[in-house]
Amino acid sequence: MRYFISHKQLLQLTDLTFQTIWSIRASISYVNYTFAQLMEGTETTPRTAPSRIKKIGDAISGFFLMLHRIYAFVLRFFKEVFLPPYEFKEVVRQCYETGVKSFTLITLTGFIIGVIFTKQSRPSLTDFGATSWLPSLVSIAIMKALAPLVTALIAAGKVGSSIGAELGSMRVTEQIDAMEVSGTKPFKFLVCTRVIATTFTIPLLATYVALIALFGGYLNIAQNEGTSYATFIEQAFEPITFVDIWASLAKAVVFGFTIGIVGCYQGYNSTKGTEGVGKAANGAVVTAMFLVFIEEVLIVQIAGWFR
Amino acid sequence: MEKQKANIDLNNEVIRIRGLQKSFGDYHVLRGIDLDLYQGENLVVLGRSGTGKSVLIKLISGMLYPDAGTINVLGNELTHITEREMESLRIRIGFSFQNSALYDSMTVRQNLEFPLVRNRKGITRKEIDTNVHSVLDAVGLSQTINQMPSELSGGQRKRIGIARTLILNPEIMLYDEPTAGLDPITCIEINELINEVQQRYNTSSIVITHDLTCAKMVGDRVAMLLDGQFQRVGSFDEVFATDDARVKPFYDYNFVE
Repeated sequence: MRYFISHKQLLQLTDLTFQTIWSIRASISYVNYTFAQLMEGTETTPRTAPSRIKKIGDAISGFFLMLHRIYAFVLRFFKEVFLPPYEFKEVVRQCYETGVKSFTLITLTGFIIGVIFTKQSRPSLTDFGATSWLPSLVSIAIMKALAPLVTALIAAGKVGSSIGAELGSMRVTEQIDAMEVSGTKPFKFLVCTRVIATTFTIPLLATYVALIALFGGYLNIAQNEGTSYATFIEQAFEPITFVDIWASLAKAVVFGFTIGIVGCYQGYNSTKGTEGVGKAANGAVVTAMFLVFIEEVLIVQIAGWFR
Repeated sequence: MEKQKANIDLNNEVIRIRGLQKSFGDYHVLRGIDLDLYQGENLVVLGRSGTGKSVLIKLISGMLYPDAGTINVLGNELTHITEREMESLRIRIGFSFQNSALYDSMTVRQNLEFPLVRNRKGITRKEIDTNVHSVLDAVGLSQTINQMPSELSGGQRKRIGIARTLILNPEIMLYDEPTAGLDPITCIEINELINEVQQRYNTSSIVITHDLTCAKMVGDRVAMLLDGQFQRVGSFDEVFATDDARVKPFYDYNFVE
C-alpha cells in the first residue's frame, strides 16, 4: 500500500485546493453582490453587512493564499538547496552571524534559567522531603523541554528578526532585484544559506544551553544541599534516555529550520517600503514563536510513540 | 562635453517590442507599446511619474511578465524562453537601478566581484582584480575600492552601481532614472559617463528619465510615453516641436526662458 504521494500529485492537489478556494471566494462575492442588489433601497438594510461578508471571504482566501505561498517558498528551498552552486563561504558567515553572535545572550539566559528553575522548584520538593530529587527534576525539565524551547525563542527574537529586517530592507532597496538581473541566484545566496545556518546552529546552541543551565542548577544545588559534582551528574543523567536527547535535538533542528524559513519568507516577500521592513521583522518573530510552540507540542507527541 | 557621434547600426535591432501591455489590477499601465532599440543607440524614454517607464525596463529585463505583446531581446523572445535561458540572457543586459541598489553589507570591491565570480566560472584572482580596477577606472572611482556603500555620496553610489553592471560587459544597458536626486553638476557627470559607456563599451542603452537635460545630453533618440503608449518618438527637437498640452509643460519647466 502506498502512503506517499509524488511531488507532482501534491502540486495537483494544492492547485485543486486553491481552485476550490477561489470558487468559494467567487460564490461569497456573488452572494454579497446579490444581497446588496436585493437590499438596495430598503432602509432596514444594515449597510455594513455585505462588506463584512466580503471581508471575511477575503480574509479566508487571503489566509489560504498565504499558506500556498509559504508552501511554494519551502518547496523552492528544498529544490534549490541541493543544486549547485553551493555558497559554503556564505553559509559559514551566516553560522557565525546566527551562532557566535548569539553566544553571550544564550549563555546568560541558559545560566539564569538553570539557577532560577532550581531555586523555584526547591520549596515544593522540600514539602515532601524530596530535595534529593532536585538534580533529576532540573535535568528532566531542561533537557526535555526548556533548552530547545528557550534557545528557539531567543533565536526567534534575535536571529529571526534580524533575518526578516535584513532581507526586507534588501527587498525594498531593490538589492534582491539587482542580484536577480545580474544573473546570480538571490534565493540561493540569501535564503538557502540562512536557513542552513539556523538549522545547523540552533541545535548546537540548544545543547550548549542545556549544559550551561545544568551548570547553573548544579551551582545552586551545591551551595544549598552540598551535593558533589559527581552525584549531581549521576542523578541528573539517570532519568534521561537517548530518545529524550534525540527528541530534543530533533526539536532544535525543526525550530532552527522554522526560524530561518519564516524570517527569510517574511523578509524576501516584504513590500511597502520601510513600513514593510518593520512588518517583516515583526512578522518573523511572531510567526516563528507561534510555530515553535505548535511544533513543540507535536514533537513531544511523536517522541512519546517511540518510548 | 559635446556628445560624440554614436556608431548606430539601423539594420540591427537589439530590442524589438510589439503590442506590449501590462496592467496592475484595474490600472492599465502599458497599453500597446511598440519600440525598437538599434545597436549602439542611446534611447531616452521620457514620461511623467507613474506612466510605466520603470515597468517597461523591468519587462525587458525579465523581472516582470507581460500581459500581452512580444519582447525580443538580442534575438530571444522573452515570452518563450526558459528560466535558464533567461538567466544567461540577463548577463548580457546591465540594469542600473534608481537607488543604485548596492549591497550594503559588502565593500565596493565585493559589490563588483559578486556578479563576476558567480557568472564567470574558473576566473582567476588576477583576472578578477583586473576587471574590478578596469571598471572602477572607467567610472573614475578607483580610490573607493575598500569603502562601504554607506560611506559614498549619492553620485558615487550611482557610478559604482553602473560599474557593477559594466563588469559583465553587457551589450544592453538599462538606466532607471540615472540622475534622480543628484545635484546639477553630478547630473552632468553622470550623463557624460553614460555617453562614455556607450562609446567605450559599445552598448545600446535605454535611459528612463524625466530630466530633459539628461535626455538632451545622452539621447540619440527620444521616446515620450503618453497614456501607456509611445506617441512621440524622434530626435529631442522633433519630440518637443509640438503644442500638445501633455508634452509642452515638460519642456517649459526645464528650459523656461
